[in-house]
Amino acid sequence: MIDEIQRARDAALAVIGSSDDASLDRLSGELLGKKSALAAVKAGLGRLDPDARRTAGQALNEVMAEIAAAIDDRRAQAAAAALAARIAAEQLDLTEARPLQPRGHLHLVTQAWERLEDVFIGLGFTVAEGPEVETDWFNFEALNMGEGHPARGEFDTLFVGRDPSEQAGASGTLLRTHTSPVQIRAMLAQEPPIHIVAPGRVFRRDTPDATHMPVFHQIEGLVVDRGITMADLAGTIEAFTRAFFGEGFTSRLRPSYFPFTEPSAEFDIRRPDGSWLELGGCGMVHPDVLRAGGLDPEEWGGFAFGFGIDRMAVMRHAVADIRDMYVNDIRFIEQF
Amino acid sequence: MKVLLSWLNDFGPFADPENAQEVARVADDLTSLGLAVESIDIVGDAVDGVITARVMRVEQHPDAAKVRRVWVDAGDGIERHVWCGASNMSPGDVVPLATLGTTMPDGRTIERRGILGIDSEGMLCSAVELGAGSDGSGIMLLPGDSPLGVPYAQALGQARDVVFDLDLTRNRADCWSVRGVARDLAAHRSQPLGEPGRGATFAAGDDRSVVVEVVDGERCGRFTATVVSGVVVAPSPDWIARRLTALGMRPINNVVDASNYVMLELGQPNHAYDADAVGGGFRIRRARPDERIVTLDGVERSCTADDLLICDGNDTPVGLGGVMGGADSEIDDNTTIVALEVAWFESLGIMRTAARHGLRSEASARYERGVDHELADAAIRRFAEILAVTCPELVVHSGRADVRGAGLPASGTSIMVRVAKINQVLGTSLVASDLPALLDGLGLVVSGAGDAVSVAVPSWRPDVRAEIDVVEEVARRYGYDRLGRSVPRAAVHGHLSPSQRRRRDLRRLLVGLGISEAMPNPFVAPDTMQLAGIDGPTMHILNPLVAEESVLRTSLRPGLLTAVAHNEHHRRDGVALFEIGHVYPPGDGELPDEYEALCVVLAGRDAHAAVGVWREIAAGLGVGAMIDQSSRPSGLHPTRSAVLRAGRDVIGVIGEIAPDVAGRFDVAERVGVLEVRLDGLLAHEPGPTAHRAVSRMPSSDLDLAFVLPDDVPADRLERALRQGVGELLVSCELFDVYRGSGVGDGSRSLAFRIRLQHRERNITEADIAGVRERCEQAAAKCGAVLRA
Repeated sequence: MIDEIQRARDAALAVIGSSDDASLDRLSGELLGKKSALAAVKAGLGRLDPDARRTAGQALNEVMAEIAAAIDDRRAQAAAAALAARIAAEQLDLTEARPLQPRGHLHLVTQAWERLEDVFIGLGFTVAEGPEVETDWFNFEALNMGEGHPARGEFDTLFVGRDPSEQAGASGTLLRTHTSPVQIRAMLAQEPPIHIVAPGRVFRRDTPDATHMPVFHQIEGLVVDRGITMADLAGTIEAFTRAFFGEGFTSRLRPSYFPFTEPSAEFDIRRPDGSWLELGGCGMVHPDVLRAGGLDPEEWGGFAFGFGIDRMAVMRHAVADIRDMYVNDIRFIEQF
Repeated sequence: MKVLLSWLNDFGPFADPENAQEVARVADDLTSLGLAVESIDIVGDAVDGVITARVMRVEQHPDAAKVRRVWVDAGDGIERHVWCGASNMSPGDVVPLATLGTTMPDGRTIERRGILGIDSEGMLCSAVELGAGSDGSGIMLLPGDSPLGVPYAQALGQARDVVFDLDLTRNRADCWSVRGVARDLAAHRSQPLGEPGRGATFAAGDDRSVVVEVVDGERCGRFTATVVSGVVVAPSPDWIARRLTALGMRPINNVVDASNYVMLELGQPNHAYDADAVGGGFRIRRARPDERIVTLDGVERSCTADDLLICDGNDTPVGLGGVMGGADSEIDDNTTIVALEVAWFESLGIMRTAARHGLRSEASARYERGVDHELADAAIRRFAEILAVTCPELVVHSGRADVRGAGLPASGTSIMVRVAKINQVLGTSLVASDLPALLDGLGLVVSGAGDAVSVAVPSWRPDVRAEIDVVEEVARRYGYDRLGRSVPRAAVHGHLSPSQRRRRDLRRLLVGLGISEAMPNPFVAPDTMQLAGIDGPTMHILNPLVAEESVLRTSLRPGLLTAVAHNEHHRRDGVALFEIGHVYPPGDGELPDEYEALCVVLAGRDAHAAVGVWREIAAGLGVGAMIDQSSRPSGLHPTRSAVLRAGRDVIGVIGEIAPDVAGRFDVAERVGVLEVRLDGLLAHEPGPTAHRAVSRMPSSDLDLAFVLPDDVPADRLERALRQGVGELLVSCELFDVYRGSGVGDGSRSLAFRIRLQHRERNITEADIAGVRERCEQAAAKCGAVLRA
């Protein structure tokens, strides 16, 4: 009997040792199940005398446990081998990775525009917008440049009409030459206090060259409240200068002339190396302009400022020719 | 506008031209006064290597009539031989000798250049060659007692000078003159404005007059004509020629130069006519339509009735008033009597004439800004003083014609200025007694004290008309740098509006989808919109720079198609671009119905890709629209396009660019496109979504395939299925589209995976059977049949 058990054990261990993972479940049934050789031995135990039965029973249990453990070992070995095989098979060179999807790029003007907006929002401004095609009244008349005002000649204006044969001079519709009409629209639309910046597209009848485009972008600021002084203007320009350009940059105002502000100033930025950058124009809102906006200049005061957005973009990225920003060549766009 | 430092110093002194620090301080002062210095040029520096030399002997070359051999002594006792083309020098004369290796102002270098086999050891120079005067007719003759071998400039008394180029603002007409600039500078430095000493005395003569008739007294506010005799036409002295040259005017002769000198110094344009050529007088009138005049620059000009003409006594035009004199009455070498015109013209009329004729002269530049209307007398006197330098016998005759018109501005205006207003605008705390020191130097005379003062405005400041103009003058003199710096407190926190914020979200969403932002020109050619298949009226630019940019776009598509073509031509197929920009279809009123739109073009991608982008936008912005393929938007592929409908409104188009349109824009690729109005999409921000608890119960999937005729959109079936499933629905996704055997022609099989879940219990067989049956019924209403 014992011999029979030993033979079954030896045979079973031999089979297990040469089995693969998939056959182990079946093998477990064949070797230990009800129809297995050992099960038949177990069934024959009853025929033995008690001593021999005990001895044989003990041996049988030990062998069955040994076989079960052997199957478990074999299964673990197989799993480890399978994992190792998978890992080996799945080897990957991570530097072969291709982009999921090429990234898109914002236009340089948009990038500068948003950076400027963010700085002014931080200074307490909200953002106002207006139409690009304007009336003569909003673009000139309300800004203290009535019919025949000599300053109009400095804006090379593009006039617009439904009929191309219409005379340019006779049209009261035009492409805004600056974002200043938004000042008037804001004053007419809301009660002071007003703290707005108005970024937007503007138009001049300028032949394009490396530094000029007939279509370009400006940002305009307007503050109207009681007790606004020119010191507030100088302080706001200075605060903007530090916030936008960084520490070490300062600003100065110097006298200039614009029909819609008085006193008027140019504002220059002083770089840390001591050089100056002429940035834009500003001034105290002219009493006539406040009146055009429906406000009493004896009650309200204000200041306004404006400068070019394109130039900020061009300077930041050292773009030599402003026209490059408007070719829409992907090789340009995707650099930024 | 250029000014010369030595000339300013005639009213100063302000700075030593040799002292760089003083020069820089003048520039800083001018800029801080609002007379921005654009550039600083040093002039009159002597040409290095040119020294004084005495002419020893002169020989005519036997074989070359125009060339002379000259031997000179440059002080070292060595006779040097030079060739010379001029003949005005004689033995004993002192002349400038450019030694070998000298670089002349025109850039050439003096070399040992041989003529006829004999070397030249230098070059004798004319004033023109040295940039030191206007006389190029012969070698410059230096004073005979000059030391030899020293720099010629030392013998000449020529000194370094500085030209400031000022970027003047339109309001500062008074600074279009040396004296005007000097006045501001003197006021700034609290020093008196000096009187220039240069000039010579002249005699007053008997009554000789010319007749002046001013027909248009509005446009010509004043016209004076003064007879000046004893004129000898000759070159101007070098110092005058140098000043004119430094400020960009060509010296002509002493009469014309004196006229220009007065204009540059005082800002009063004037014109000297040959008195014998003006027919006894002047008549100032409007031109007749198409009346012709040949101006001094030799151009024949055709006038309109808006042009003002100076005519002679015979009513023949001799000048385009305030702009340029005529060619026929020019001063010539035989002129001995001059009729000097000094007039005041209304500025806007001059501006129109100058613009119409494209003729911006030094005179018109000043008149169109506004000339001091009380300057005539001073200008006439100054003309005589300067001309008398070269014409010792000069006589200014009495009997000057002086006609004033209605257009001449009133003199002696004054403005009431509240001290409180000054402080309110500037944030200063000035008192009335501070004002004279700030304003008097500018000629703005303050009188009175207390809360308000009276400020008398001088005739040279036509720009000062109201209280705020005086406030600005106070600020300018007080110094912008001295005004304080404060930051006003905003009443609200700064922020973007919801639309502006959502527009930023949209841009970033598109960039995340790999689409880059372009900014095409909003102006297109007259046929561009038609080429793009986009009908409808357009707005036109009435004065376009070029015809190709004369129409305002009504769609963003043409600009982006042009960009796609550009990139294709540079071997960059497959670009994905977007633009957010305005379009301008005509409206009912004066202004167009301008609105902001988004356009996306996907080169090399089809309409499904465009729909994919739209779905991302819709999900990202929380908006919806129906893709209605029953409408065919013009310019898009007829069988691969749809309009986007939000309720009844068409908000955009989607699909592919029509192949013929792509061809017309030279685009080879298929182009997926989406164009949509942004105003509504951005404005309607959806409210926050309320949380729904996620069910803990297991879900079940059900796959159903339907055969649907091609003319029924898939999303209609999907909507029907979603409705049919009812409350158990988690998702319903189209996962397969099949055309081919087993599915009839003109139909396709659409397979949907429907996920079901109950909030509180498992999905049962009965649930699934019910869903299947309801889906079948719902599909049948769309014409779809469940595939077995």
